[in-house]
Amino acid sequence: MILSFALFLQVAVQTGTHILYGILGGILFEKSGQTNLGTEGMMLLGAAFGYLAGSASGNPFLAVLSAGFAGSAGALIYAFITITLRGNQIVTGLVLTTFGTGVASFMGKYLAASPLSASFKSSFSVISLPLLSKIPLIGKMLFEQGIYVYVSLVFAFVLWAYYRYTRWGLNIRAIGENPAAADASGINVTLYKYIHVLAGGFLCGLGGAYLSLSFVGQWQENITAGAGWIAVAFVIFCTWSPLKAILCAWAFGALNSLAMKCQSVPIFGHIIPGQLLDMIPYIATIVVLVLMGLHFKKENQGPASLGISFFREER
Amino acid sequence: MNALEVKHLKKTFGSTLANKDITLEVKQGEILALLGENGSGKSTFVNQLAGIYAPESGEILIDGKQVSFKSPQDAIAAGVGMVHQHFKLVEVMSALENITLGEKNGGFLIKKQQLFDKINDIQNRFGFSIDLNRKLYSMSVSEKQTVEIIKILYQGARILILDEPTAVLTPQETEKLFAVLRRMKENGCSIIIITHKLNEVMEISDRVAVMRKGEFVGMVETSSCTEKSLARLMLGGKFEYKVTRVAAGRSQNPVLVVNNLSSKNAYGKKSLDDISFSLYGGEILGVAGIVGSGQKELCESLTGLLRADGGEALFEGQNLLKLSPIAIKKLGVRMNFVPEDRLGMGLAAGLDIAENVMMRSYSEESRFFLDRKKGTAMASEIVDRYAISTPSIHNPVRQLSGGNIQKVLLGRELEMHPKFLIVAYPFRGLDVGATNNIINMLNEQKKRGVAILLVGEDIDQLCALSDRLMVIHDGSVKGIVNPEQVSKEEIGLMMMGKQISEEKVAQND
Amino acid sequence: MQKALSQRQKVLVRGAAVLSAILCSMLVLVFMGLNPLTVYANIFKGCFGTFYRFKQVVYKAVPLTILSLGCCVAFKMKFWNIGAEGQFYMGAFAATWAYMLFPSAPVAVLLPLMAIFALIAGGIFALIPAALKIKWGTSETLVTLMLNYVAQKWVSYLKYSYLPWRDPHGGGSPKIVNFSENAVLPSLLGIHIGWLIAVLLVLAMYFLLKKTKFGYEVSVIGESFDTARYAGINVSRTIVIAVVLSGGLCALAGMIQASAIEKSLTDNMSNGMGFTAVITTWLSQLDPVIALVVSFVFSVLLQGGSYLQTSMGVPDSMGTIIQTIIIFFVLGSEFFVRYRFVFDKTGGEK
Repeated sequence: MILSFALFLQVAVQTGTHILYGILGGILFEKSGQTNLGTEGMMLLGAAFGYLAGSASGNPFLAVLSAGFAGSAGALIYAFITITLRGNQIVTGLVLTTFGTGVASFMGKYLAASPLSASFKSSFSVISLPLLSKIPLIGKMLFEQGIYVYVSLVFAFVLWAYYRYTRWGLNIRAIGENPAAADASGINVTLYKYIHVLAGGFLCGLGGAYLSLSFVGQWQENITAGAGWIAVAFVIFCTWSPLKAILCAWAFGALNSLAMKCQSVPIFGHIIPGQLLDMIPYIATIVVLVLMGLHFKKENQGPASLGISFFREER
Repeated sequence: MNALEVKHLKKTFGSTLANKDITLEVKQGEILALLGENGSGKSTFVNQLAGIYAPESGEILIDGKQVSFKSPQDAIAAGVGMVHQHFKLVEVMSALENITLGEKNGGFLIKKQQLFDKINDIQNRFGFSIDLNRKLYSMSVSEKQTVEIIKILYQGARILILDEPTAVLTPQETEKLFAVLRRMKENGCSIIIITHKLNEVMEISDRVAVMRKGEFVGMVETSSCTEKSLARLMLGGKFEYKVTRVAAGRSQNPVLVVNNLSSKNAYGKKSLDDISFSLYGGEILGVAGIVGSGQKELCESLTGLLRADGGEALFEGQNLLKLSPIAIKKLGVRMNFVPEDRLGMGLAAGLDIAENVMMRSYSEESRFFLDRKKGTAMASEIVDRYAISTPSIHNPVRQLSGGNIQKVLLGRELEMHPKFLIVAYPFRGLDVGATNNIINMLNEQKKRGVAILLVGEDIDQLCALSDRLMVIHDGSVKGIVNPEQVSKEEIGLMMMGKQISEEKVAQND
Repeated sequence: MQKALSQRQKVLVRGAAVLSAILCSMLVLVFMGLNPLTVYANIFKGCFGTFYRFKQVVYKAVPLTILSLGCCVAFKMKFWNIGAEGQFYMGAFAATWAYMLFPSAPVAVLLPLMAIFALIAGGIFALIPAALKIKWGTSETLVTLMLNYVAQKWVSYLKYSYLPWRDPHGGGSPKIVNFSENAVLPSLLGIHIGWLIAVLLVLAMYFLLKKTKFGYEVSVIGESFDTARYAGINVSRTIVIAVVLSGGLCALAGMIQASAIEKSLTDNMSNGMGFTAVITTWLSQLDPVIALVVSFVFSVLLQGGSYLQTSMGVPDSMGTIIQTIIIFFVLGSEFFVRYRFVFDKTGGEK
């Protein structure tokens, strides 16, 4: 019983890891004041190019890097249009999603016909940390995972520490709240925004690649299946906090693998179909949005300058 | 050696010469008050000192060495820091974070304790007592201002420029600020303080520099000047206008009676303080005062856009303060307010002229359809009558020049045949021809018996046109006088806060 | 600030953007070893070559246009409703529900009934974010975005788990019952009548937004709430009507798609058109007639892409890719339209 629950938790984490990358990428965007609706597109770009590099070169490291850079490339287009040219962030984000989806779909036929080698896939297989993985219940979940999962945790903690304890983190947070104040303090707003948006794209790309290189291991059309949108919702739901993102992503993973396993979940004697469960992340986010307006704990509001293009005021 | 010296500083914006040939010096360890009307060029001047604008020609010397600022950062590096009227602070962050934001030498990790010590050192030196861990949004305006000051001190400023710092403070907070400024002085800092309030100038400054119409007109020792002499410097001795007033019969009874009008702003400070006056048909009552003395709030409360806290405004037996904008409009009250950014008050920037002109009258027509013909006709008429230059009436309003926008606004309101007209800053930025046009428009209305409340910036112009002049300062009425019988000094004094004698008020009410 | 560009200059800049985009896409095609001229020729052939192909273009353009109209109304008021997708699905769902309630009603009664159900459903669905915004100031962008997925999952649920609507002859995978003839939109000139509805709606919306008081009020509210109040406009009431109209139109698009194309209800019938509509609306500067043109062009690219797949073996996503390149360029060109460059070093503002 405990063993099967432990296994369930382990799978839950794996199921939620690509979402975690997506959320972290989204946080990088939004904390800089840039609305992010392009996650799905960047994830697909990462998935496609990562897979391409993986099947062509057989080098997992190269594959992952390509995935990240593909995501960043998409983010670069977005960055140029919204930061330098002050374009509309919402529409640009949506177009980025369409673009990424289109490109991935375009490459799809070729990718489906190029399998990944077994040795390649094994580099992502589960690594069991000695002793720690024997801890009952949570041991498998936390310490018996593939490298991708460990790295996602590292990123989450690094991001958390970055925002909290470093000067750069403080600066970008200021930019997200009040770019005029940051600018007046001598911070190069444009440079900071570009760097963080590109980094966000990199993480989204990694998230997508997790699906194509490890979790599924084989190219599928629409491999992300809306994961990018869930990540967008969760960025808000976890109030732009990298640590809470971990919990959100894994909770989603748990819910998802549960729904996948049994198509419907008995709760209080009634069977709830999986599709209705799928609604939960979105409804939860709406609830959070309303609560944010009500409770008004200032720190938990989104970055104040989200969606607004910045330019130094002229007379 | 002087802390700061300026030689022949010049700055032009487009066709306006904002600063012409300014030469002055600021000594070490002194507080210099910078006095001047709106439009005198003082903001432009200090912005060049703070690195926000680049001077067209002239020199700036700090501690005897010539400097050239390309950005605010250069100015800070040279020791010049400015505290603006609108704070540039991040609300959700703590005071500590705001003060150290943008620091270049801090290293990668934030060493909280070190920063604490550094800042508290400054606090002790100057007498501040801000809890550095508190978030900005929980602080009062006065505390936020203090954080701004600490910030520039932390960045190494020895010359501080404060732009109207007491505008948002209560008297008590002002006292605290002055105590701090005195300590700074003792520490060797030099301070330039922009203020309109005469009593403050007398209290805190060592010397006063006066600017008028882009020029520097004089530097005096505070100890050797009087409020009167300052007022004269600020406004010039003689009146410089040609009377444009026309004779018209004043109505027997007042059309509008305002009693004890009061309101508070978002910070809880009184924006209107017990305002009372009467307005008769067929007269122009000018309203003089430094911008921000409550003119906007006065206009808005009389037209239903602002909720007043107390008092009444009786027009044809109804209390305007309790009515909605549409009801007020129906009574025949019209407002034409030209704000500093021109667009926004009653104009929709993205719509075209015809659509803007229709705005107040469109609902009177048929139920469902928009009668564009009427609006178009009215727009064409207005364009013709007031010589508005535009390629067509279908151009978005935001593309018009400032003067033309004003004409559209005023024309629209006048076409509605008002009984009571509020006109605010109608001459802002207009050339002579356009100004005369508007003057004629207003005089025509006056001859028809309309009661006109005219808010303006230019004292000369107001005196030229108005029958009576009401001067407000800091939300309250300092006096209602006859422009023919009052001296410019007296007006200046009232504008800066001095209450005129009761008898003069009684004579003119 | 800088002076804005004249109308003519604006059109020139946008035209230049589109041209640059097409050139860029041609470069991309060359890079992939394809002859760009052949590709574009095939796109053209794939849309106008035969009547069947042209029909496909119209089939795509109709719902896209109506969705854009819905977005137009909302955007004109600066109410950023990106929930077109969700309202679309709710409309399809409501129409299906009407059918399930009255499966044997005559077509003249059933179709209008389905339309009405759809309009109401879309209107209510759109009111949710509006109410949240008015009451608690919640961002309508995010709420409508979330509701999109709620609506889609709802339809998913109906398809996979709601047995009363299950098609007994569905075969392997679950699907909802097909509509019988009386629930399907009739054809006019060989294409389902949706095209006529779309054109009529475009004219109606153009008329509504430009020639009625309501349209005027909506645009004034979009400029500034204060100005609207000063003009005596009942702001809350106008917002509610506009939002309901917006949601209703998007829902109607869903109803048409369900009735005329799918002849059923399924959870992937939108092809992301709701999001595409947001983009087309924005591109058409909120003008209903231009929205029709832009939607048509987008549909041409989509259909053309689809034909490319059969004729040249190029994946149909190429159409989407060309589309997005064009949009990127136009988005970027906004900068040049809005701000004229002022390279003023001396005596200049920063």
